[in-house]
Amino acid sequence: MIPAVGLALGIIVGLLLQPAVPVWLQPYLPIAVIAALDAVFGAVRAILDGIFSDKVFVVSFLSNVVVAAFIVFLGDKLGVGTQLSTGVVVVLGVRIFSNVASIRRHLFDA
Amino acid sequence: MTPPERAPRPPHDARDAWARLRRAGRPALSRSNLLAMLLAASLGFAIIAQVRQTSVQGLDTLREDELVRIFADVDQDGERLGDEVRDLQTSLELLESQTTGEKEAERAAQQRLDALRILAGTAPAAGPGIVLTIDDPTGAIDAPTLLDAVQELRDAGAEAMQVNDVRIVADTWFADASGGISVSGSQIRPPYVVTAIGDSNTLAGAMQIVGGVTATARQKGAEATVDIRTRVVVDALLSVSTPQYARPVPTTTS
Repeated sequence: MIPAVGLALGIIVGLLLQPAVPVWLQPYLPIAVIAALDAVFGAVRAILDGIFSDKVFVVSFLSNVVVAAFIVFLGDKLGVGTQLSTGVVVVLGVRIFSNVASIRRHLFDA
Repeated sequence: MTPPERAPRPPHDARDAWARLRRAGRPALSRSNLLAMLLAASLGFAIIAQVRQTSVQGLDTLREDELVRIFADVDQDGERLGDEVRDLQTSLELLESQTTGEKEAERAAQQRLDALRILAGTAPAAGPGIVLTIDDPTGAIDAPTLLDAVQELRDAGAEAMQVNDVRIVADTWFADASGGISVSGSQIRPPYVVTAIGDSNTLAGAMQIVGGVTATARQKGAEATVDIRTRVVVDALLSVSTPQYARPVPTTTS
């Protein structure tokens, strides 16, 4: 519940402040957001599986964001930034889908 | 056929899952819970920031390879549009030259038509010229005299003529008639008024030469006067009949 409140709070603050993304962050933010979403869905699934741990959530959230940003950074340096970004998005998308499928099975038995 | 075995999962049903979700949703102010809230808040903030960024994204936020691609696209578009412009310009020039040609041909045809209509007597004409008035109280002027006058005027370059209200053209004929002269079948009576368009001085001179029209008329007891005007109007008209036998011979030049 508390994290959900936090999410809503963040969205409201974002709408109010209308932040501009700093230039150095612009290539990484989209990927970081996707990675964080993956962590969030993973956490919900873990709750339903009964194996949720706050610590694991925090660590997986941060590591997901950092690793995703790092992969994109590395890709940019290697000259394959666009392709690697696409790859990361695909992988994270697949993970999000499988997590959502698991959540759905838990909650609706379907 | 049995469905494939799912991955092993804890024994529970949907009700358990909802309960677990509710339990997890209970506010519990632990340190890690607060940290999770902070992370979630930053996620929400980041999502909004990114959404706004995407909606206002211009060229300055794009990667180099994307810029190169866009540049190449624009380049290609420019070339394609340039080709199109050249094509259209060419067809425009073509059409313009055709139109000009058609207009010139039309103008030439119109000039020819005007000239022919004046010659044939189907159009009124105006211009400098003379009015030759032959006052003939005794009826001494006969058809040959009038024909002489007309021929004299033609020699002097008259371009359009009429006698009283009869147009004089290539096939006009004169014959004596009782009390006057028949011109192409129309009876006219004195005084005979010949209107001719042409160089007025030349025409007037042609009338007044020794042994010319005025002299002949005076000999016969009539009075011929020449009136030089800067503008006379020949407005007697003829209707053109289609030739019954004569047919144009096709020209070989065209």
